[in-house]
Amino acid sequence: MSATSVAEAPARSGRAPKSETDRSKAERKLAWMLCAPAVIVMVAVTAYPIVYAFYLSLLRADLRFPDDRTWNGLNNYGTVLSSSLWWSDVWHTVIITVISVAIELVLGMLLAITMHRALFGRGLVRTAALIPYGIVTVVAAFAWRFAWSSAVGGFVPKALGFSYDPLDPTHPFWNYFVVIATEVWKTTPFMALLLLAGLTLVPEELHEAARVDGASAWQRFWRITVPLMKPAILVALLFRTLDAFRIFDSVFIISNGPNPKLETVSILGYNQLLNRLNLGLGSAVSVLIFLMVAVIAFLFVKGFGTSLAQQRGEK
Amino acid sequence: MSETARGPRILGWGSANFAVLVFALFPVFWITMLSFKSPNTISDGRLIPKDWSTENYSQIFKQSVFTDALRNSIGIALIATVIAVVLAAMAAYAIARLDFPGKTLILSMALAIAMFPPISIVGPLYNMWRNLGLFDTWPGLIIPYMTFTLPLAIYTLSAFFREIPWELEQAAQIDGATPWQAFSKVIAPLAAPGVFTTAILVFIFAWNDFVFAVSLTSTNAAQTVPAAISQFPGASQFQQPTGSIAAAAVIVTVPIIIMVLFFQRRIVAGLTAGAVKG
Repeated sequence: MSATSVAEAPARSGRAPKSETDRSKAERKLAWMLCAPAVIVMVAVTAYPIVYAFYLSLLRADLRFPDDRTWNGLNNYGTVLSSSLWWSDVWHTVIITVISVAIELVLGMLLAITMHRALFGRGLVRTAALIPYGIVTVVAAFAWRFAWSSAVGGFVPKALGFSYDPLDPTHPFWNYFVVIATEVWKTTPFMALLLLAGLTLVPEELHEAARVDGASAWQRFWRITVPLMKPAILVALLFRTLDAFRIFDSVFIISNGPNPKLETVSILGYNQLLNRLNLGLGSAVSVLIFLMVAVIAFLFVKGFGTSLAQQRGEK
Repeated sequence: MSETARGPRILGWGSANFAVLVFALFPVFWITMLSFKSPNTISDGRLIPKDWSTENYSQIFKQSVFTDALRNSIGIALIATVIAVVLAAMAAYAIARLDFPGKTLILSMALAIAMFPPISIVGPLYNMWRNLGLFDTWPGLIIPYMTFTLPLAIYTLSAFFREIPWELEQAAQIDGATPWQAFSKVIAPLAAPGVFTTAILVFIFAWNDFVFAVSLTSTNAAQTVPAAISQFPGASQFQQPTGSIAAAAVIVTVPIIIMVLFFQRRIVAGLTAGAVKG
């Protein structure tokens, strides 16, 4: 910013105000031209399809009967919202989201503190933590499934002396346990990195001063670190909640076939669209997922809007 | 920070570090061990193979399901990365350096797309791609990947671009450099680390994706590794493909481990920069 204003100064002082508007007009034009491709791609590949999904959700559209497309109004939504399948899948998704995000927040904070303050080995810890972050989710899910499934000879059931297969669909508790463990393992590092960003903003002098005044490490954490990190914590929670809510990959792999007790909303949408090829009902599910994500995001931004804006350096 | 507490502190941080290492690496260790078990001992429930073998690896490299998928994964992820970084760099330059109305709108839009649930557009894209002939092709995956990585790329790059001392460009021109020289010799080297970091993050996203890969492809023509291994057939109807999946899983993890080992600092800087300053 400073560079441009220095360069503009002589031109401004020497000429009439008109040239200034020309210049800012040119700048504006250049900016729009530079942003246009990215904006066009983003709109074309997300906004247009979601509108199209809304249109499809109002039709009786089944790809197995392509000629039978009739206007169906809001009936698809009625069908979805009055089915117990949808509500149990919403409930499954909420359980997975809430439990994994809560565990990740605690573990992520511990990991962030370790990455930030460890006396030695910080590079090693950061490198190790990035491996779950970078690993393909499908691979992570297979690793956990193979470890826990008796059917493929996993070592965990053997080591713990299970008499049954914990990943059999008849044992929902262990199914959830493994899905949540996979999710927590894979994404805690991401949570920790977002928290680390906030942690580095806490001035060291504050800690020193509090220490001189006799505050314990625990008091310093709750009275100094957490309040100053609030924006970072909220951003991390927002991103992870939305991400966990659309959980698909790990549930798909760990279910290994139909598993109604573990099915999440994304799996339901996928099954309707791509297995049953029912574009109308599937699109209604898609739109409902979109709306739920939008509501969660809205509540976060509304509830914590000011801290989010602070975090992003805006007013 | 009293000196007397130094011993316990070292011990404390040592165990914290150790816990992180075990937490982060154990599942990778387990699936790697699994991939080296011979087909007869694959389901023996032991953590360390009794009978070491590389047969799972030689098996998958004989199957076109895997080799084609590997080729598709590499090609699609690289092309998506290049396009996304170029488009994002243009937008980020404008956002970091130019003054124009609509800047906030673009940033809010990018933020909204970062929160967008991909499953919501899989159905329409499936239908559109079949009509446009993009179903089961490379562009059919490249387009959604670059779209979903643009927000991250724009935020990360504009955070990096704001840190560049752009005055140097003018200074170089005053010293007699042409605009191209000022850009290529002064600005480009300063911008390169940020661009490179962004490229790594975009690549990891594209390499990782499963939702689009499993929905928008159907054959070896464009199926990527995550989609392919989720559908690996066993050697026979009665045999589980556990060994092949484990070996393929290790192969796709190798590039990630290499990137993490070499570019740990950059990845951490990129993720934290986008989060704080974006």
